[in-house]
Amino acid sequence: MSTQNMTNGEVDVYLDYDEAISGYDPVIGLETHVELGTHSKMWCGCSTNFGADSNTQVCPVCLGLPGSMPVVNRAAVESTIRIGLALNCTIAEWCRFARKNYFYPDMPKDYQISQYDEPLCFDGYLDVTVETPDGPQVVRVEIERVHMEEDTGKLTHAGGATGRIHGADYSLVDYNRAGIPLIEIVTKPVTGTGRLAPEVARAYVTELRNVIIALGVSDARMEEGSMRCDVNLSIAVPGAEWGTRSETKNVNSLRSVERAVRSEIERQASVLNSGGRVIQETRHFHEDTGRSTSGRSKEQAEDYRYFPEPDLVPVAPSREWVDELRATMPEMPAVKRARLQAEWNINEFELQSLANAGAIELVEATIAAGVDAAAARKWWTGELLRVANDTGVDLDSLSVTPADIKQVEALIASGSLNDKLARQVFDGLINGEGTVDDVVAKRGLAVVSDDGALLAAIDEALAAAPDVAEKIMSGKIQAAGAIVGAVMKSTKGQADAAKVRALLLERLGVSE
Amino acid sequence: MNDLTRQSAAVLADAIATKAVTAVEVTQAHLDRIASVDGKVHAFLHVTAESALAQAQAVDAKVAAGTPLGPLAGVPLGLKDVLAMKGEPTTAGSKILEGWRPPYDSTVVARLRAADIVILGKTNMDEFAMGSSTEHSAYGPTHNPWDLDRIPGGSGGGSAAALAAFEAPLAIGTDTGGSIRQPASVTGTVGVKPTYGGVSRYGQIALASSLDQPGPCARSVLDTALLHAAIAGHDPRDSTSINAPVPDVVAAAKKADVRGMRIGVVTELMGDGYQAGVSQRYAEALDTLRELGAEIIEVSCPHFEYALGAYYLILPSEASSNLARFDGMRYGLRAGDDGKNSVEQVMAITREAGFGPEVKRRIMLGTYALSSGYYDAYYGQAQKVRTLITRDFNAAFEKVDVLVSPTAPTTAFKLGEKLDDPLAMYLNDVATIPVNLAGIGAMSLPIGLAPEDGLPVGMQIMAPAMADDRLYLAGGALEAALTDKWGHLLIEEAPAL
Repeated sequence: MSTQNMTNGEVDVYLDYDEAISGYDPVIGLETHVELGTHSKMWCGCSTNFGADSNTQVCPVCLGLPGSMPVVNRAAVESTIRIGLALNCTIAEWCRFARKNYFYPDMPKDYQISQYDEPLCFDGYLDVTVETPDGPQVVRVEIERVHMEEDTGKLTHAGGATGRIHGADYSLVDYNRAGIPLIEIVTKPVTGTGRLAPEVARAYVTELRNVIIALGVSDARMEEGSMRCDVNLSIAVPGAEWGTRSETKNVNSLRSVERAVRSEIERQASVLNSGGRVIQETRHFHEDTGRSTSGRSKEQAEDYRYFPEPDLVPVAPSREWVDELRATMPEMPAVKRARLQAEWNINEFELQSLANAGAIELVEATIAAGVDAAAARKWWTGELLRVANDTGVDLDSLSVTPADIKQVEALIASGSLNDKLARQVFDGLINGEGTVDDVVAKRGLAVVSDDGALLAAIDEALAAAPDVAEKIMSGKIQAAGAIVGAVMKSTKGQADAAKVRALLLERLGVSE
Repeated sequence: MNDLTRQSAAVLADAIATKAVTAVEVTQAHLDRIASVDGKVHAFLHVTAESALAQAQAVDAKVAAGTPLGPLAGVPLGLKDVLAMKGEPTTAGSKILEGWRPPYDSTVVARLRAADIVILGKTNMDEFAMGSSTEHSAYGPTHNPWDLDRIPGGSGGGSAAALAAFEAPLAIGTDTGGSIRQPASVTGTVGVKPTYGGVSRYGQIALASSLDQPGPCARSVLDTALLHAAIAGHDPRDSTSINAPVPDVVAAAKKADVRGMRIGVVTELMGDGYQAGVSQRYAEALDTLRELGAEIIEVSCPHFEYALGAYYLILPSEASSNLARFDGMRYGLRAGDDGKNSVEQVMAITREAGFGPEVKRRIMLGTYALSSGYYDAYYGQAQKVRTLITRDFNAAFEKVDVLVSPTAPTTAFKLGEKLDDPLAMYLNDVATIPVNLAGIGAMSLPIGLAPEDGLPVGMQIMAPAMADDRLYLAGGALEAALTDKWGHLLIEEAPAL
């Protein structure tokens, strides 16, 4: 055992998770940053559009030019309050911004306007559900605070081996992102989750993301960085005082949240079991290896010299405004899921499948158009999802609308179409062959309902299989399926199978 | 019209509007004056002759076309170099901003342009407005036109000296702890620090955001009021700007009446520590006010003795943060970028090279005062003192309409005299600082020459927040009485240059 490795908190080989978690209780804390989807930046009128040319969405304010002054974006305050309400927080009656002072070239003013000891929203919670061997378990994650701040510019380091600022030949800064409204959502320490800590962390970030998307305040794309998560974690022997925590950054997907927690539990347990000590530090998670590496040590806490931002007046949302926002909150994802399960008579797994397929809104719209729930789900998660997957497009970009489904269902109900023909209608719609009526007309899709034509086809099929006719007449009615199939085939599917069956039995003088 | 540079702004505007003289002639006369005397005074860091003449021509075109004009159209002005002016050098008196030309106008400049006031150039100042003598300018000191061996006050010594040297009839200053009023006092001119939020700070390079306030400077109370009215009013770009009608300062300056006015004499701001001639002229001015019909009442403001201490914690704290952005990354000076030094090293070398000693002193003070573990004892405690001082003012204004004091404890001191003694320099602002801490408005106007040195003495008038009109009501009355007594404005006694 290398003493050197023990002191710097690194070990070469990690315990596996079961071993690691068997001796320790983890405490997790999650800090999530969300870029708000406001049209303009936090302190100025510059656009927040993603992907513009570097340094084209800037002005004296977001460049922090001498003399410029910030003005609070009211829409950002509103979005933050809405997030606070969704997370069951208290909304401050009066709070201030504060300056967080530190030098870094991506920070135009060399201080970040943030909130310190007076967050806009505080003391909330979010209930999340994790699967356990004993069934679903609800965990309440308590929210410490939701506060407003501004994003920094973006640095690109050119040359050098590390891709980091140290060792780069030169660095370029794009200030388009500087001043984009950012909110930070901080949980209280989450204790008592035991071996479920990784799943709880993931479930929390997932549900938080669902909430933010439901509120429409951000697209919350972790891969694009509009939602970012830092994982704080410590472990301790059960009953002992909490251990020293690390903070893991660069956790850029929901899956990574779970992996980062698991990996950090394994690492810290390995360090402790080998006689080392966990140091307070920032670590960087690596998607490829699933492990983190040490960043800067935080043993000497940085002193940000916070003080109230004197260029801004306090934010004092009136109770009327807060009540108005509370009254106009959309349905929260958990409530909606429960409602849809009940209304559509499906279980959580089926609902999750719909969600995974991106079909929930489409099914809802289809039901709203007048189609029954089962049929709406059947089309979207069956035929249409298959086509979407085959062609590699999203379900909502197929050229099939809820109104189309309503029309097709009406044709089925009237006996003009059957399911097989309906699939052809959808195929025609997706191929751009026009409206439902156009496709039906052009492709000649209609159920053969002329009894004479059907009887002729039945007679033909019976003649081709006299033995089957015998069986049916002798009481083996299930044999009728072979004749019905033959008729469907000869009519190219354009017959109503139930009607064929009825005519066949009538022809043979057999009753069910 | 005789020498255009010796006229008041009001007279010049009237002459231009009535075609007695052109704006170009007025501007040229002042540019000529600058060319002839500024070598001795050094009031200007940068003269914007070309854009000034273009502005003047535009005014003359409006006159010719019969377009309605503002009350100061065509009148020239000196702009303190701390205010951003699009395309023109703006240094705040610092090497670290040498060569920077802002891509935008401060709100004050935008309003000056809208009022057709002709901007002659940028006036000298202590670096980042830190100082009381303009000796801390990185570009050399400004000299007091009354005695070129003496300081013109600071930080806005350039603006005050430009007025006193008849280089401009109007000037803009900024006042964080007395930087408009103390220079006015020692140069025999008039300056007003409006109520905090009365004039937009947008585009003013910040020293201490919670104390800074741009304001008007001129040689007479009426001219000051006209300029005040041109630049004041709500600005959506400055969150701390007051969203309420501006008091009618021009009407007050014209009314100029103290009959029945209750004037409070702050007992903590007189006596020991004040130069004999200052105290003498101050006492005489109080007599004059009494003769004019005012009631003079002694008022105590017991917490004022803590004002200087609180100020020198709040100001450096805010300044240490406001001045962080001068790091060599985006504009102005960059030093030490040899391809080997790290970003942090380039920032440090740039700041070491670009900031003067007073700026470094205050950045270090502020960084210390905001540090974890010291914040409550220093910044937090200073904010409490600030509240107590505001309460002192509120209590005083229950009893009186305005308060008065000498503006500065002494007349202009010699260049170099206090440069090595920061505390002595800081004490110059003992009477002006409480006003900034409380966010109220105040004026300094000349009340005579100290017998012992023949240098101007100023009186400070302080009014409740958002009652800046009272400054002009009282100041106008006192000025009128003194002008009657002397036969002219005090500034007319300044020696020829």
